[in-house]
Amino acid sequence: MSHSDHVELARMCQAMRRDIVEMLAASGSGHPGGSLSAVEIVATLYGVVMRHDPSDPKMPDRDRFVLSKGHAAPVLYAGLAESGYLPREELLTLRKLDSRLQGHPDMRKLPGVEVSTGSLGQGLSLACGMALALRLDGDLDPTVYCLLGDGELQEGQVWEAAMTAAHYKLSNLVAIVDLNGLQIDGPTCDVMDLGDVREKFAAFGWTVIGCDGHSLSELAAAFSAADAATRPAVIVARTVKGRGVSFMENLCGWHGRAPDAAEAAQALEELAGEPMGGE
Amino acid sequence: MTVSDRRATREAFGATLVELANEGRDDIVALDADLATSTTTAKFAAVFPERFFDVGIAEQNMIAMAAGLASGGKTPFTGSFAVFGTGRAYDQIRNSVCYPDLSVKVCPTHAGITVGPDGGSHQMIEDIALMRVLPNMRVLVPADFTAARAAIRIAAETAGPVYVRLGRAALGPVYADGAGFELGRAQVLRRGTDITLVACGVMVERALAAADALAGEGVSAEVVDAFSIKPLDVATILESAGRTGAVVTCEEHSVIGGMGSAVAEALGEGAPVPMERVGVKDAFGTSGEPEQLMERYGLTSPHIVAAARRVLQRL
Repeated sequence: MSHSDHVELARMCQAMRRDIVEMLAASGSGHPGGSLSAVEIVATLYGVVMRHDPSDPKMPDRDRFVLSKGHAAPVLYAGLAESGYLPREELLTLRKLDSRLQGHPDMRKLPGVEVSTGSLGQGLSLACGMALALRLDGDLDPTVYCLLGDGELQEGQVWEAAMTAAHYKLSNLVAIVDLNGLQIDGPTCDVMDLGDVREKFAAFGWTVIGCDGHSLSELAAAFSAADAATRPAVIVARTVKGRGVSFMENLCGWHGRAPDAAEAAQALEELAGEPMGGE
Repeated sequence: MTVSDRRATREAFGATLVELANEGRDDIVALDADLATSTTTAKFAAVFPERFFDVGIAEQNMIAMAAGLASGGKTPFTGSFAVFGTGRAYDQIRNSVCYPDLSVKVCPTHAGITVGPDGGSHQMIEDIALMRVLPNMRVLVPADFTAARAAIRIAAETAGPVYVRLGRAALGPVYADGAGFELGRAQVLRRGTDITLVACGVMVERALAAADALAGEGVSAEVVDAFSIKPLDVATILESAGRTGAVVTCEEHSVIGGMGSAVAEALGEGAPVPMERVGVKDAFGTSGEPEQLMERYGLTSPHIVAAARRVLQRL
C-alpha cells in the first residue's frame, strides 16, 4: 500500500469512527463496540481492496461484501457513505422510521448492501452461495468478502458453511473474523470459549492469515495473501471492541448501547485530532 | 385405476427441474441435504451435476446458501424432508429468504403423516402454518403428480420465495395431463349444492370419495382443491361457501394454522358459515403404515363424511 493510500485510509477510518458515534447518538440505540472494532477492516476493503463502483452498485464484476455480523451495520453504512453510496447526512436517519438505514442491513432498501443480515451465523452460507453463483457464471474473478464476529462463531451454521467452502474449494471467498474477544454477556472465553479460531479454520481446510485488525498495512498484506490463496481464506483480525473511544474500549457494556449526548461529545473530541494512523 | 397409476408428488420434483433446465432455464440450480435420492433431486443432479449442490446434513446452511445463489441471479430449489427443510431452517427461511424476498423455492418432500413408519419426529404437520405466516412466501400444496409438476413450474416462474409441499405417499390421479394451474387459484373439482369440501394434498382424493359417499345419502357436496394456500383463492371459496352454506376443510396437517385455518379466516371475514376442520388435532404423529395413521388421526373419507354430517346438523 502506498503512503498516500495509507494516509487516505487513516483519514477514512477517523471519519468513519466519527460517523459511527454521531449516527448512534442520533438514533439513540445500536451497536458501537463491534462497529468501532471493524472500522479498519471495512475501510481497507472499501478503500483499497474491493473493486466496486458507488455509481453502479450492481456492476457485474464487482467484489461482494457480506456483513455477517449485521448488528455492526453502522460501520457498513459509514464505509458506504465514505465511498459515495449515500450522502453523509443520511447517516443520521439510522434506525428511524422509513430510513434506508435499517437497524440491520437490508438489501432491498439500501443500494450497496449485497444481502440482508442480522440473524447471526448466516452470512458465511450466503457468501458461499454467492461465490458458487459467480463460479456458475464462469466468472471467478470477483471475490466475496464476509465479515464475521468472533462471538458469532458460536453459531453452528458458521461451521457448516466453513465445511462447504472448503469442499467446493471456494478460492473466491475470503472471510474476516473481527476477533475482539467480547460478546454481550462477557468475554467470549467466559461465555463460550471459542478455543483457537485459527486452528479451527485450518482444520476445516482454510488458508488462515492472522493480523492486527487495526493495522492498515497488516490488513492490506493479509488481503493480498488471501487473494493469492487457492482455497477459501480467513483473516483472523485481532481487534479491540470499541476501538478509538477510550471509555468504550474493551467493555462488553458498549456492545449494544448508544452514547448519550455528553458521551458522544466526549467521543467526538477524542476523535477530533489527527487520525490514529492505524499502526 | 391400477397401482401403477399412483404416483407420489415428490416424483414430480427432480423430473420437472430437469424439464425446466432442458427448456433453457439455465438459472435453475438444486440443493439438497443428503436426501437427494428420496426427494428425487438426484434426477436433476444426474443430468446437471454442476448445478446441483449436496450440502450434507446441514439444512440451515442449505437454505442460506440458496439465498446467496438467488442473490447472484440463480433460481435455487431446495430439497430435504419437510420437517427439516422448513422447521430446522426456519430462521434461515425467514431472515435470509423471505425478508429480502429472494427467489428461493423451498420444496421439501415427505410432508405429513403419510411418511408412515419413520414416526412423529419425521411427520411434518406444521409446515403450512410455518410457511404461510411468512411475508413474501407463497404456499402450494399439490394433490397429485400432475398438480405437483405444475406447482414446481409455477415456483420456477414466480419471482420470490415459494414453498411447495411434496409427499411420499403414492396418490391416484386427480387431474388430467395438461390441467391448468395458477398461483392463487383453487380448482373446483366437483359441483355441489349442500356443502363445500375444501381439501388439499393427499386429502383431495379422500374428499372426492367422501363426496361420493355423501351423494349416496342425498347430500350434494362441492369439492374444491385449494392448491394455492397462499395466496388463497378467497373468491372461489367464498362463492362456493355462499352457495352451499356449509364447509368442511380437509388437510394432512395440524388443524392449527394450516389450510383449514386459512379458510376459516377467509370465511370469518367474508361469509361466515358453519364449518369444521378435518386435520390432525393438535398432536404429533406416530409410527405406522400411512393408511393406519390416516385412520388413527381421523383423516379418512368416512371422517370427512362424519364431519359433513355434523356441520349440516348445525344449519
